[in-house]
Amino acid sequence: MTTLTRRAALGAAAVAASLAMSNGAQAQGYPNKPITMMVAFAAGGPTDVIARIVSEHMSKTLGQQIIIENVAGAGGTTTTARVAAAAPDGYTLIMGQMGTHAAAPALYPNLRYNPVTDFTPIGVAGITPIVIVTKKDFPANNLREFVAYVKANPDKVNQAHAGIGSTAFTTCVLLKAQMGVQKLNAVAYRGTGPALNDLVGGQVDFMCDQVTNLTPQITAGNVKAMGIATPARLAVLPNVPTTTEGGMPDYQISGWNAIFGPKGLPADIQARLVDALDKALEDPATNKRLADLGTVIPNKTERAPAGLAAILARDLALLDKPLRETGAVGQ
Amino acid sequence: MDLFSNLSLGFGVALSLKNLALCFTGCFIGTLIGVLPGVGPIATIAMLLPITFGIDPVGALIMLAGIYYGAQYGGSTTAILVNIPGEATSVVTTLDGHQMAKQGRAGVALGISAIGSFIAGSFATILIAALGAPLTKLALLFGPAEYFSLMVMGLCFAVVLARGSILKAVAMIMLGLLLSTIGTDLETGQERMTFGFAPLSDGLDFAVLAMGIFGFAEVIKNLENPETRDVVKQKVGRLLPNGTEMRQAAAPIARGTLLGSILGILPGNGAVLGPFASYTLEKKLAQDPSRFGRGAIEGVAGPESANNAGAQTSFIPLLTLGIPPNAVMALMVGAMTIHGVIPGPQVMTKNPQLFWGMIASMWIGNLMLLIINLPLIGLWVKLLKVPYRLMFPAILLFCCIGIYSINNSPVDVAMTAFFGLFGYALVKFGFEPAPLLLGYVLGKLLEEKMRQALIISRGSFMTFVERPISAGLLLVALVILVVALLPSISKKRNVVFTENS
Repeated sequence: MTTLTRRAALGAAAVAASLAMSNGAQAQGYPNKPITMMVAFAAGGPTDVIARIVSEHMSKTLGQQIIIENVAGAGGTTTTARVAAAAPDGYTLIMGQMGTHAAAPALYPNLRYNPVTDFTPIGVAGITPIVIVTKKDFPANNLREFVAYVKANPDKVNQAHAGIGSTAFTTCVLLKAQMGVQKLNAVAYRGTGPALNDLVGGQVDFMCDQVTNLTPQITAGNVKAMGIATPARLAVLPNVPTTTEGGMPDYQISGWNAIFGPKGLPADIQARLVDALDKALEDPATNKRLADLGTVIPNKTERAPAGLAAILARDLALLDKPLRETGAVGQ
Repeated sequence: MDLFSNLSLGFGVALSLKNLALCFTGCFIGTLIGVLPGVGPIATIAMLLPITFGIDPVGALIMLAGIYYGAQYGGSTTAILVNIPGEATSVVTTLDGHQMAKQGRAGVALGISAIGSFIAGSFATILIAALGAPLTKLALLFGPAEYFSLMVMGLCFAVVLARGSILKAVAMIMLGLLLSTIGTDLETGQERMTFGFAPLSDGLDFAVLAMGIFGFAEVIKNLENPETRDVVKQKVGRLLPNGTEMRQAAAPIARGTLLGSILGILPGNGAVLGPFASYTLEKKLAQDPSRFGRGAIEGVAGPESANNAGAQTSFIPLLTLGIPPNAVMALMVGAMTIHGVIPGPQVMTKNPQLFWGMIASMWIGNLMLLIINLPLIGLWVKLLKVPYRLMFPAILLFCCIGIYSINNSPVDVAMTAFFGLFGYALVKFGFEPAPLLLGYVLGKLLEEKMRQALIISRGSFMTFVERPISAGLLLVALVILVVALLPSISKKRNVVFTENS
């Protein structure tokens, strides 16, 4: 069932019709049929939200509908493997992220794809900075006190994360490695929601996660922010110091979402997709929607295919050793 | 008073023509997907998310919320008419609801579940409006240890109340618990009991299991024995409950509403326990518990009220805290963020129109659902007159579409067929599928919460008794167990789950 017939069937004919008209103009050659953008996570999650916002505008530029298909499984690796093996015709893309591309090789020994050689990079859609937060009555009030307390009380402190391979897991593994407390107690939850629930409720002590999920809780004073892992402070959280200010300048990490195609995507198709992504991110309305989420829009160099390849190479190198040392494995 | 000015703001928003239309659309779609076996609110909301792009956030969320609680109304329909639970929350409705249908009281069962749902929905809406913020604290009091003890209590209910075939019921619960451990281990990332078969790496989906051992198995059972179907289709009977039935159902509705409301607030999908707890309570309180499982109206009224109350109050953590307590609410978070509303504690103050508009629309939606559902009862009951040879392919088809739509996976459909055969074998050997499903639903949470609690306590089991709420819940579980095992009482012990021999 295509998106259009589903819409018509559900009676939102007016909205659908106007959208269909605007998408009606056909370009020569690619794309001449709807494009599928796979999301390896459930609908409504952070990756899905970014995919939907960006693809909505990209559809206008490309003159073809981009259909989001959510197939979750094995930390997103099943779907990512599927896209790696898909025909490089530009009709199957994936909204990849740090977990599926930078963390998976170290976590899944039997991974059926190579994140670098099996994909054609299109571009970075959004970068979400990582912030370290504690429960609100945690004894430390800044990153220095936090590090000191955790090191002094490794048998008392509990860290929460959103499941093996999640951004909350990966980024905290790096933090713990840099603090020298790899063995610190980590409690896995099924997603950010339940983990955050127990952090706000004071059942666990701290977690690292994307600002998108945490900003409202930090602002409301439900959790305390120790530091944000970016070079400069964020506009949405002006009172939260950076990790550099807090004495951990090496802890620089951000979650990211990026579009990839299968390897061997023809250069002209790649160029059309890069152009569509550029136009989407430069569109003020789309840009604002992403910024409102707490997403940082990468500049043109950062988000270009070469920039994406650089981010990927950096994070693969950064995460490989700490992740392997955890002994956590999938498959 | 603040509440009234807020509510009038909310009704102002919700009563605009556009929002009324969206609310109706949501409720109507919800009713439809609730009725179609297998098609659940998660898949539907995910599919409809893109069409809400053109609508403002308040309208979009009003519609999506309508789909969710509308599905709770509709879900009871298939449970009662064809013995297929569409959702985890309507599993218990099959027990007495379908028996009522077999006795020609399908209309009464559908009527009482619609009325019960309306009362529960209205109460829960008032609860959200008046006490939403303080109730959030309840959700936060429940850490992993408390949650584990709650699940233990839930399992005790089931074990204790199983009679005669108590061994078989326990076996089914255990099997359910075992099935729930299939898939990737949450804490270590290791796969367990998947035999290297990739589609099992995320475990079995509840719908796959439920559609298989209830839906498919039921169809096979009926095809084997066409006469039993004729009983259902010949006696249609009254469409609405009469005075006596209303009086019988009144107290169960009140208790179910209360239980469901409290459990709905808890994180990690506490709402699924609501109907089970309500059913157990009603049976325990009943003068003659043997009527349960043979078409007792209390066994429909209580659980149906509980599931709808839980569906409404599960919005509390989302609206007041921005933390989703279950998968549908997680999707609502996505819907909010796509529309530029960042869910969090600030929603109430920053977007009062959205907050109070949604609350007001929930009450309006419940009223609409009552109005949609009561006239439809006549239509649903007539469906029973459709010859079974035409009915069963439709049931199977919709089940397959529903299963496929969950994760766009054909393997899920094949697995459902497998569990269909398995469920048929169970029925033949006199095992009941409901305890298996309860074990499965509780099992995932039971293991997850126990391990989280133990990791936090550094392996000390004392954590379960040192924490007062957890200890209290375990004590209740123990009391139930002891009381039930006393010989005098065990005589009265009865089947919670047996469907009817």
